[in-house]
Amino acid sequence: MTDPSTAAAATSFLFGRLSWQSLPFHEPILVATFAVVATGGIALVGAITWFRLWGYLWREWFTSVDHKKIGIMYMVLGIVMLLRGFADAIMMRLQQAMAFGGSEGYLPAHHYDQIFTAHGVIMIFFVAMPLVTGIMNFVVPLQIGARDVSFPFLNNFSFWMTVGGAVLVMMSLFVGEFAKTGWLAYPPLSGITYSPDVGVDYYIWGLQIAGVGTTLSGINLLCTIVKMRAPGMTMMRLPVFTWTSLCTNVLIVAAFPVLTAVLAMLALDRYVGTNFFTNDFGGNPMMYVNLIWIWGHPEVYILILPAFGIFSEVTSTFSGKRLFGYTSMVYATVVITVLSYLVWLHHFFTMGSGASVNSFFGITTMIISIPTGAKMFNWLFTMYRGRIRFELPMMWTLAFMLTFVIGGMTGVLLAVPPADFVLHNSLFLVAHFHNVIIGGVLFGLFAGISFWFPKAFGFKLDPFWGKLSFWFWVTGFYAAFMPLYVLGLMGVTRRLRVFDDPSLQIWFVIAGFGAFLIALGILSFLIQIGVSIMRREQLRDTTGDPWDARTLEWATSSPPPAYNFAFTPVVHDNDAWWDMKERGYRRPLAGFKPIHMPKNTPTGVILAALSVALGFGLVWYIWWLAALSFVAILAVAIAHTFDYHQSFDIPADEVARTEEARTRLIAEGARA
Amino acid sequence: MTSVATATTAGEAPVFHLEDEHAHAEGGSTMLGFWVYLMSDCLIFAMLFAAYGVLGGNFAAGPAPKDLFDLPLVALNTAMLLFSSITYGFAMLAMARGQVRPTQLWLAVTALFGLAFLSIELYEFHHMIAEGATPQRSAFLSAFFTLVGTHGLHVTFGLIWLVTLMVQLGRYGLIAANRRRLMCLSLFWHFLDVIWIGVFTVVYLLGMLR
Repeated sequence: MTDPSTAAAATSFLFGRLSWQSLPFHEPILVATFAVVATGGIALVGAITWFRLWGYLWREWFTSVDHKKIGIMYMVLGIVMLLRGFADAIMMRLQQAMAFGGSEGYLPAHHYDQIFTAHGVIMIFFVAMPLVTGIMNFVVPLQIGARDVSFPFLNNFSFWMTVGGAVLVMMSLFVGEFAKTGWLAYPPLSGITYSPDVGVDYYIWGLQIAGVGTTLSGINLLCTIVKMRAPGMTMMRLPVFTWTSLCTNVLIVAAFPVLTAVLAMLALDRYVGTNFFTNDFGGNPMMYVNLIWIWGHPEVYILILPAFGIFSEVTSTFSGKRLFGYTSMVYATVVITVLSYLVWLHHFFTMGSGASVNSFFGITTMIISIPTGAKMFNWLFTMYRGRIRFELPMMWTLAFMLTFVIGGMTGVLLAVPPADFVLHNSLFLVAHFHNVIIGGVLFGLFAGISFWFPKAFGFKLDPFWGKLSFWFWVTGFYAAFMPLYVLGLMGVTRRLRVFDDPSLQIWFVIAGFGAFLIALGILSFLIQIGVSIMRREQLRDTTGDPWDARTLEWATSSPPPAYNFAFTPVVHDNDAWWDMKERGYRRPLAGFKPIHMPKNTPTGVILAALSVALGFGLVWYIWWLAALSFVAILAVAIAHTFDYHQSFDIPADEVARTEEARTRLIAEGARA
Repeated sequence: MTSVATATTAGEAPVFHLEDEHAHAEGGSTMLGFWVYLMSDCLIFAMLFAAYGVLGGNFAAGPAPKDLFDLPLVALNTAMLLFSSITYGFAMLAMARGQVRPTQLWLAVTALFGLAFLSIELYEFHHMIAEGATPQRSAFLSAFFTLVGTHGLHVTFGLIWLVTLMVQLGRYGLIAANRRRLMCLSLFWHFLDVIWIGVFTVVYLLGMLR
């Protein structure tokens, strides 16, 4: 048992354990990074001020409860954090490629350990999660013909809590340090005895704050899909993306509370001195490992299921066919959702649970590949005899199908407990999960971004730079991760900083080159966005349906008006919009009614800002700040419930004006 | 959701949009949403129960349930919480009859029972800590204080919410939004009761058998 009061000896009332020594002036790499980030940040703030955009951003974006704008803000957050997470990745690749033959590389151990921890945490929680949530937020209400989500204010609040978590994690880069424990912070290493610094505390509170947002957004989207569907849209007429979103949000609601509870127990161990996961006084570190993977395994399905949904929409759209095996696709998704809770122990077969337990979890893990395989065949059969258009989203889908099958097969290999005893914690595992997360989730997100970008902004993404990005990413991925499979089979374990055996170096150099190719892929993606904005007039989508697509989001204009649909659509078939086009649907031009919509509110931003202050206070033992911000959170939340007028009506003539503008746009597009 | 006949005849265009504004009733998702939230909260308790299940026997040569628990006191405590659920039920009946004053009154009675519950719990905690049975003493006590304390924390937030609602009832009466809020708090309050039954059985009764 460690007494936290010994650590408290060096703290002051006003600043807790925060002091000048907490700032990393002695780390040249961090000072340089800070200089770059600070310059960039000042330039951004300066530009926004110069162009007088603060008011616009505050009114139209930050306080907005419009699900489309919140979705786009999630995407921006995810892409910004991707740059940070990738910077960590390329630093690791460089270190591992260099640290041979007596060389220590360029990263000191305590810094390297923070980097691999931050890389995992950021990529999962602040890149993949925001991007997936962002796409669901944007697309789901449109696909089901709704005006917004069930709880629009909660949506805005959830987003800002996610931002709050990201802000806290980013702060750790320059104020103090981040965890040095690996992305899941296993105790006893993450306990106060072995990690007395602020790193794990940043980890805990960053994830707890973001976790509130994730859980609430899961509840919100779940209710939206159950309650807000357009008339006629029965469950078995839901677009597949909406189905996978539903399952993902069920998983979020049923998994994230587990993370909240287990991190709370870790926090109690660290702050109060309890003995949940300590080595002595009856604590049990393996319980942490069990509990965190009961969250962790469903989490990977939270990420991949929406990607499966995106591929389904893309495949049927660009093959010009109805999705093959809709019903089996839905049931496969549901089966994966259920099975995802029955496999967590495969992450630690080596714990020593015995042969029976290990076989059970090995078999359940292998069974998951059956519904996943069914999906793969459904996509193949959808393409079979289709008129396939090789646009960018379809290219990502094909790359996914090839790559994901490889990743899936190495996964089944790892599911065999005896094989896992050899490969556990090796680079083979690292290669496997990057294979499925990059080849599955990330490729899916890029397919989704290039598919729905014209819907969100009214113009397509530039195909040239998109294809360049695609080829850099795909080749870069294979160059970066195939060598890791080889190294893993040779017995190299993960998270190593220096190596002795010089024959291994060539593989790390190849992997480093792969990371460089991926860097070019990211760069091309950013250029693609910039070029597309500049060429937006040539790339303009006047129809609202640039891909000749099938689901309801393409029935409205690009970008959709605030109210999404002037009249609530009525659904008669799967692929509702395709059905409408087939049967000669005419867009209504008159008879508009006022539309009831939710009002913007700054409460979400304020609550999230106070949560960051609370988290910061807790990390640095600044108790007055923590107490003050906690009371303020309660006060603001209660005050918010006294505002009963959270909606307004868009007048009918404004709807008419918006719709007339669209009529003109369609006519111009038809002439051009 | 309104049911709509599916047009199947080709050629003739069926109805593809509603002429009238199709507003989903405000707060129509609230009860479902709150229920789902409760289930997610239930999972937090499930984890704490799991922790107690795993660690509950790890006394680390410290005190065991038999040395610590005072069953008659816990029974009294349980009675306080159960009574508070009944009185909340009376508040809901008063709400159904549309009477603001009696609703507030029953809420106040509920709050008093809740307060009594919390006071007895704090007394019990104080007593245990004074005897040296602190949360730091053993994994069993860590799990005990966290599980029971988390429940107590929920009751505390329930009380804050309850007082807020009493004020809002006084100001705005039994409008639809307030009725919805009363329904949500009702779910929350009974949910805490159910959790407490689990705590009473698993922690206290089974603990005495250990």
